[in-house]
Amino acid sequence: MRRALTVAAAMMSLGAASLPTVDGARLLEETPAPRLSDYRLFADGRGRVPAAGLVRYTLNTPLFSDYAEKRRYVWLPPGTHATYTAAGVIDFPIGTTIVKSFGFPADFRAPASDLRLLETRLLVRRASGWVPLSYVWNADGSDATLKRTGARIPVAFIDAAGKRREIDYAVPNINQCKQCHQQSGAVTPIGPTAANLNGGLDGHGGSQLVAWAKAGRLDRAPADAPRLARWDDPAAPLADRARAYLDVNCGHCHSPAGFASNSGLYLQHDEPSPAHQGILKRPVAAGRASGSAEFSIKPGDPDGSILINRMASAEPGVMMPQFGRTIVHDEGVALLRAYVAGLK
Amino acid sequence: MKTWLYIAAVLAGTAAEARTLTIAAGADAQERLQTALIEAQPGDVVQLGAGRFELAGGLSLDVAGVTVAGAGPAATVLDFTGQKGEGEGLLITANDVLIRDLGMENPKGNGLKSKGSDGISFVNLRVEWTGGPKPTNGAYGVYPVSSKHVLIDRVVVRGASDAGIYVGQSDQIVVRNSRAEGNVAGIEIENSYNADVHDNVATNNAGGILVFDLPDLPQQGGHSVRLFRNRVIANNHVNFAAPGNIVAGVPSGTGIMVMANRNVHIIGNDIRDNAGNAVMLVAYTQAFTDSNYNPLPRGIAVRNNSYAGNGGKPGFPGGAEIAAAVGGTLPPVMWDGITGYTVPGGAAVTAEGGIMVGDAPLLNLNLKTHGTPASAARPSVGAATAMAAMPEPAAVVLPPAQEARARARAAGSLAAR
Repeated sequence: MRRALTVAAAMMSLGAASLPTVDGARLLEETPAPRLSDYRLFADGRGRVPAAGLVRYTLNTPLFSDYAEKRRYVWLPPGTHATYTAAGVIDFPIGTTIVKSFGFPADFRAPASDLRLLETRLLVRRASGWVPLSYVWNADGSDATLKRTGARIPVAFIDAAGKRREIDYAVPNINQCKQCHQQSGAVTPIGPTAANLNGGLDGHGGSQLVAWAKAGRLDRAPADAPRLARWDDPAAPLADRARAYLDVNCGHCHSPAGFASNSGLYLQHDEPSPAHQGILKRPVAAGRASGSAEFSIKPGDPDGSILINRMASAEPGVMMPQFGRTIVHDEGVALLRAYVAGLK
Repeated sequence: MKTWLYIAAVLAGTAAEARTLTIAAGADAQERLQTALIEAQPGDVVQLGAGRFELAGGLSLDVAGVTVAGAGPAATVLDFTGQKGEGEGLLITANDVLIRDLGMENPKGNGLKSKGSDGISFVNLRVEWTGGPKPTNGAYGVYPVSSKHVLIDRVVVRGASDAGIYVGQSDQIVVRNSRAEGNVAGIEIENSYNADVHDNVATNNAGGILVFDLPDLPQQGGHSVRLFRNRVIANNHVNFAAPGNIVAGVPSGTGIMVMANRNVHIIGNDIRDNAGNAVMLVAYTQAFTDSNYNPLPRGIAVRNNSYAGNGGKPGFPGGAEIAAAVGGTLPPVMWDGITGYTVPGGAAVTAEGGIMVGDAPLLNLNLKTHGTPASAARPSVGAATAMAAMPEPAAVVLPPAQEARARARAAGSLAAR
């Protein structure tokens, strides 16, 4: 009955030709919607135009995902706001939905044109905790379908250097969503920490924290909020950029509460212990991935550092992260090589 | 009475609700199998048919109480030869999971891994790299880590480039009736508490059975391990581990090796034809900065083992010279003789428990202090000593329900013995 009313209300609002609004009630239902469009997160239904209240944001340093273009949005139930926390992910209210779409342009020299969306991932904060959902776009881009078991999608594109690349893009299954997104056993977002949001949208202008606070989406934006470096900001100190990169690309697992806790390798940007950072730390369960290197990070010697070798590999059993990418992030490897080369 | 009725009702209810999800080999095996592993409910059995499941990526299970069963370790094969992603063949992150009666071939990384599971059983399995021992093989065959109540029973692992059976940072562990063959390390218990390793065969590895403790880890201070009634035979394979790997330091020809750890009892094993040390007891061999770490083996008892044909051709540096100095053949048990170390940034510490060898002459390198180079060894051979009173670690008793489930039935067993 309630559903019927909701549907009737939705039809009426469509009839009035107003912008569709996000179906917050549907997001909170136990059974996820089979189609992304059921949530009315996008005004165009095609994942390009966000619905009212779905706010785009960017991160100072993002996760590398095979060079995929990403569009990040957050939706908060009307009348609610998030609560600032200096460490970790800011505290979002129940009902919050974080939306991340992954796509590839035909040619990265013109990344804004001809973008093919592959998948849209949601993290929905229900009363019971965060729930990850993954929707895969159909071939004509008209809607996306719930996919819990993951998928492989062949993708071809021209990279920024003009070279044709072909990849076997991997959509994670729900266990893999949870593997990266769990801390101490509970699913949590990774990206939207105060530190990683403390920068301009797309790297320009004032801090998104301040903008969110002004708009009433965040309770406050302290002037002394931590700020994660942009990994590709040549003006930032090399160590800050490298450790920001490791934090975002590795630190969700490599933390004392993460999936790779047993490694003793903790890659948060503020981890104080040199040994836990990997400096002169011998491997534990790296197996053959250690190659001929004896330490996770050997100061001054990128080639003698297991961390570099695993970043520079795309071979399962050697590569890190273990999934989430299928090709090497050459620019990320170059950054970490420069950082390790400069360590004494 | 009322309670009993209630229990019976719960049991009946569970039995009625538990489903069997049957998955046959064939096209789309990856998707069908992963779907079943995701959709399974607690108590369900994911039953794999006989045949070869060709898998392009790692599988994962995150539902408590699920059994994944095949038609036998030779009949049902999870074939990862074409694996394109993920670091293991099957990853388990839930409690009370039983994996049984299947084989796994050529995973690119680890074979079966559990992380953070309480109640994880691996029964009647085969994990094998079919191209023989090679450095490009995956690291571990069966790999429970940060887990509790771990049962490994009738598991065969061949060809792992690290340890065939590796239990890390876990508690309450039983490894029995299993066979590790042609791996770098056969069976390895690392940074773990309360392990019974018994009635296994470790043969043709570089090292047969290892008990290690390493620094800088969330769980360390490994203790209370019993190795008994194992057959540790001819572990003389060349060590084919990647050079940076910690097991790359295990000399080929080693039967049983204990590095660091407290309260390890080695009892009634058949240790023969290992070219180096039948039993090697050593301190952590590297420098360390972790002030919470104790690098010494202490409280170690070696008794009632049988030794034959060991020590004739030791492979470790200086081994041949030491053997020559003591008459051509190494005595069965070698200890580095390190009894003290200095806490990084702290005080000197002396081992709180001794080394008792009751069944063989003991070769003592008399290195005394951690960090003393092996070149400073002053080898001496002492007769077997009368065993001082050294209480044996208590037997590991897994929850009866876990044992009962593991015993339920077996198909096409490749039992170790």
